[in-house]
This record gives sequence, structure tokens and C-alpha cells, in this order.
Amino acid sequence: MRSAVRQGVSVAVATGLYGISFGALSVVAGVSVAQTMALSLLLFSGGSQFALIGVVAAGGSPLAAVATSTLLGVRNMLYGAVVAPLLDLGGWRRLAAAQVTIDESTAVAVGQREPAAVRAGFWATGIGVFVLWNAFTLAGALAGDALGDPRAWGLDAAAGAAFLALVWPRLAARRAQVVAGIAVVVSLALVPVTPAGIPVLGAAAAAIVVGLVARPRLPEGAA
Amino acid sequence: MSTALLWVTVLVASLASFGLKLAGHLVPQHWLATDRVQRTSTLVTVALLVSLVVVQTVAEGQAVVVDARVPALAVAAVALALRAPFILVVVLAAATAAGLRALGWG
Repeated sequence: MRSAVRQGVSVAVATGLYGISFGALSVVAGVSVAQTMALSLLLFSGGSQFALIGVVAAGGSPLAAVATSTLLGVRNMLYGAVVAPLLDLGGWRRLAAAQVTIDESTAVAVGQREPAAVRAGFWATGIGVFVLWNAFTLAGALAGDALGDPRAWGLDAAAGAAFLALVWPRLAARRAQVVAGIAVVVSLALVPVTPAGIPVLGAAAAAIVVGLVARPRLPEGAA
Repeated sequence: MSTALLWVTVLVASLASFGLKLAGHLVPQHWLATDRVQRTSTLVTVALLVSLVVVQTVAEGQAVVVDARVPALAVAAVALALRAPFILVVVLAAATAAGLRALGWG
């Protein structure tokens, strides 16, 4: 159980730190410090937050921003279904657990053997990431406000790198690689002919088609 | 986007995010445990993130352009292949783009 907590804290520090890049990119995208903090406190899901400010920065519509952010959050629902029976909570604790159900807390929780360690790992990671992610978001947002021209600092390139880092560990399976290739082609094809935000949704739609029609477990994990 | 509209966007997206998380905790597990749901969700996440990489790196409004962001992304990919931590990957990419622009390219 102690090792679960230690694992959770180290994941929280690593994850929390990149809240700096979110905070800075968010204000540079034209989102206020208060709105940036609302995203980290309320939306609290790194990929969705980066996606929302990405669409906003590109001049996309509110609908495209919400749709992209929400589609990226669908995986949190699956995580919830995995961790709920392990945590076995009710009342306000269940609400709190739902809010901190993200990639990191789920990964640490399911990596434990003992039920007590599962719970300790989930909460240490979830609360740790929540606190540090918000603290570093604020630091980044205040720093971003003071930076001036974001292009001179390469912050526009940092956004692409952030998404690449988020997707990198998900590209191990062959099927994921194929979908990644399709996403590149669909996005490049749609950028010149659709408003900002739509190319990303087009890539998601293509992935839904692949997911629904693909034969079960054929090339999965064959990379 | 106006400030008010941006607030609405932020709050609606936050509500949707929490709704999805809570729904996962409330629905019976077997509803979401099917192969097809898991697979589709995994693939949608990959497609969204990859598409965001592409858009953030080569889109400028509706134009596709190659500028300092492209070599910056290449540097990020190398850093990731070498298992660099997230924050280092992002900083290296920003530094690459900033450096190239300081030299007058992109």
C-alpha cells in the first residue's frame, strides 16, 4: 500500500508539472487566467483541456471545441466503469472519485494487487494530480500572460509536441498505428476545406467507423 | 470567441467531462465492457490526438504550411523515442521552434 502511494505521488509530480505548459498555452490561446483555472478545476482531463484550447486558438466554433473535448473524455467513462467496483464508494466520495477518474489514477489503481493498495493508489494519484495540475496550471497561466509573442517562444510548436506526447504511449498496437495514419490523411485533407475544429472531428469519425467495422482481435497488439 | 461565449464553452465542456466520468461510475460495468466499445473508444482517442498533432503543426487558418513547428515536432518525436519526460519533450519542441525563428526561419 505504501508503494501504491509512492507510485501515485511520483506520477502526480510528473503529470502536475506539465500543467505549466497547459496554463501557458491556454492564456496564449486567448483564454483568460480564470477560464484556464476553471478548465483545470472543473474539466480536469489533460487531453480534453489541451484540445479545447487548441480549437479555440485556431478560431474554431464553441460547438467544435466542446465536441472535441468531450469525445476525448469518453475514455474516462470507461475508466470509471473499471475503477468503480474496485473502489466501492457511495455518496459524495463517489462524486469526488468520478472527478479524479483520469488516465493516471486509473493506471496506478489497476496496477495494484491488494484492494487496499488499489484504493490508496487511486486516491493518492487522483488527488495528487488534481492539486499539482491546478497549482502548475496557475503558474503557467501567470507566466504565459507575461510572455508576449507566443511564436517567438515556440509555444505554438509546444502544443503539437504536447499532443504527440499524449498519443505516443497509445501507438503500440498495429490497429492504433493504422488509425493514426488515417487520422493524418483525413486531417490534412480537411484542413483546407473545413473550418477550424472540423478536421479533428473528421478524424474521430473515421476512427469510430474503423472501431465499429473492424474484426475483433485480429491485428490488435501485433505491432 | 467572446468572453461570455468562451465561458459557456468552458462550463459546458466541464459539465460534459464530469457527466462522462460519473456515468462510468454509475452504469453497470458490463454495459461498457464489450470489445467493440473498448476498441472504438481507444481508437477515437488515438485519432483525436493524432489529428490535433497535425492541425497544431501544419495548419495556419485553413492553409497547410511548413514552418518551424515541423522540425520542432521531429525533435519532440526523437525525445519521446528516447523516453524523455513530457515536460522536457514540450520544452525541447518550443526551444527548437524559437531557435529557428531567432535565426530567421519559419
